[in-house]
Amino acid sequence: MNQYASETVDESSIVELRIPPEAEWAAVARLTVAAIASRLDFSLDDIDDVKLAVAEACTHAIQRATGEHPIELVFEARADSIVVTVRDSSTAAHLESVEDDVDENHIGGLGLFIIRSLMDEVDFRVDPRVGGELTMLKRVTG
Amino acid sequence: MDIKVNVREAEGDAYVVELAGEIDVYTSPKVKDAITELIDQGHYNLVINLEKVRYIDSTGLGVLIGGLKRVREHGGSVNLVCTNPQIKKIFDITGLVKIFGIFDDEPSAMKALV
Repeated sequence: MNQYASETVDESSIVELRIPPEAEWAAVARLTVAAIASRLDFSLDDIDDVKLAVAEACTHAIQRATGEHPIELVFEARADSIVVTVRDSSTAAHLESVEDDVDENHIGGLGLFIIRSLMDEVDFRVDPRVGGELTMLKRVTG
Repeated sequence: MDIKVNVREAEGDAYVVELAGEIDVYTSPKVKDAITELIDQGHYNLVINLEKVRYIDSTGLGVLIGGLKRVREHGGSVNLVCTNPQIKKIFDITGLVKIFGIFDDEPSAMKALV
């Protein structure tokens, strides 16, 4: 259970998606979250922000993936926010920091930096038995 | 979802890489291949036109940064053409506006190369 989980979220406002850990599926995740976010009162700019943040999270998970285990996404649509959780099966603890040198071989750090810039709350943790879990929240402001 | 890459020669040994579509973890290798091929051929002054790009993520930014690093090793440069506010915002929040020349139209980007 992540720190953003809410007991008041109605089950009908939760959407779950599983995608193969392959690059061509990242677009499905970002189109899905764009459709969900558009049902809330987000501005178009905020929808673009959420879409990019989820795409970056998927890219991060795809790059961490070590096998065929799917990447799991859970979208919680609330009245005042959206919470997205992206889970991968990699138990690697390494996480590139935003201070890493940014180039084409170190895009992981840049992707996480973008997520942190666009979302209101971000948490990433690795359970050595289960894998990585990135959770992010964006509040409706408009 | 796809990316279209059109490479054309411009004046002064410069080349224009015109991109249309979405640049993400799936499509960015195609962009990287086009830029790498130009650099391998000895072309170090590039304008990358993003006017028809609807979306770019960190993998796309990584390809552009990689290209810029390589041409700079040879005294070249990469200028970008970008008018999409959302894409400009990504360059802004990542601080890449400080390392790329970003212009509103291709003639301005070409002129700044020389």
